[in-house]
Amino acid sequence: MTGTDWPLWEVFVRSRRGLSHTHAGSLHAPDAEMALRNARDLYTRRSEGVSIWVVPATAITASSPDEKDPFFEPAADKPYRHPTFYDIPEGVRHL
Amino acid sequence: MTAALALGDDALVLSHRLGEWAGHAPVLEEEVALANIALDLLGQARTLLSLVGDEDELAYLREERAFRNVQLVEQPNGDFAHTMARQLYFSVYQHLLYGQLAAADGRLAPLAAKAVKEVAYHRDHAEQWTLRLGDGTEESHARMQRGLDALWRFTDELFEPVEGLPVDWPALRDGWLAQVTDIVERATLTLPGGPGGGAWTAGAGRQGIHTEPFGRMLAEMQHLHRSHPGATW
Repeated sequence: MTGTDWPLWEVFVRSRRGLSHTHAGSLHAPDAEMALRNARDLYTRRSEGVSIWVVPATAITASSPDEKDPFFEPAADKPYRHPTFYDIPEGVRHL
Repeated sequence: MTAALALGDDALVLSHRLGEWAGHAPVLEEEVALANIALDLLGQARTLLSLVGDEDELAYLREERAFRNVQLVEQPNGDFAHTMARQLYFSVYQHLLYGQLAAADGRLAPLAAKAVKEVAYHRDHAEQWTLRLGDGTEESHARMQRGLDALWRFTDELFEPVEGLPVDWPALRDGWLAQVTDIVERATLTLPGGPGGGAWTAGAGRQGIHTEPFGRMLAEMQHLHRSHPGATW
């Protein structure tokens, strides 16, 4: 028996209240409930999280590497698009 | 501390059995899950055995007849369904037992209060797999039923009162039977022998009488320590 016929799930873990869920990795599981439990075992055993999402990997639509330029390289000469004029107060670490 | 020895040996022996899955589990994710459960149990065993004496001496230098674990936990892993049947029977029992101990304010209450959360997860893990294997394919259903049937005769011993534990044993048995029956029926499986049993039952592990596979397990578990006494790394 192998696990290769089980679907792949992407795991997102929220490490603390107030933070966003962050991609932690992926795993195989027969269904969503088992994926949650496997995620708990694989990614949150050492108190890393307060909340877990699991998403079927097939449900994720990803941007294509071929579209990299139009997607990710906006005109750099429009500084008003970038919030660089604010001072971030000290102690605000997750902005 | 007869009681700490009994519960400590239960945890130690089951931990070793689950550890035997390392490198052999059906899938990587499940291997990690079983190892996590084994480590939880090992932690409980260390705390409990330390109440009795030196944990290493107790684990590695006792003869078979000095172990006080129930015979259920020493049973070999068999296939995955067999292991899950053992997990279901034992974790439902341990969850209820620790729940009572945590509420009873005895000497083991602090340990039980901490361990009951771990065991709740073990119980959930066994329940999830029992449901999936029982209500899965024809083959998984047959294997799960075979595991439940083969281990049923070791369940009666779980409710033999352990001296010094503030536990309502009849209530523990009733609660266990109700929960196991519920899970088994939802998994479209059949409770062996029907509620209440009635079939022949095994078990004198609490008196130091063990089944044949236990000797072989101990030989493997103790061999390194006995070959190199006092070795450190």
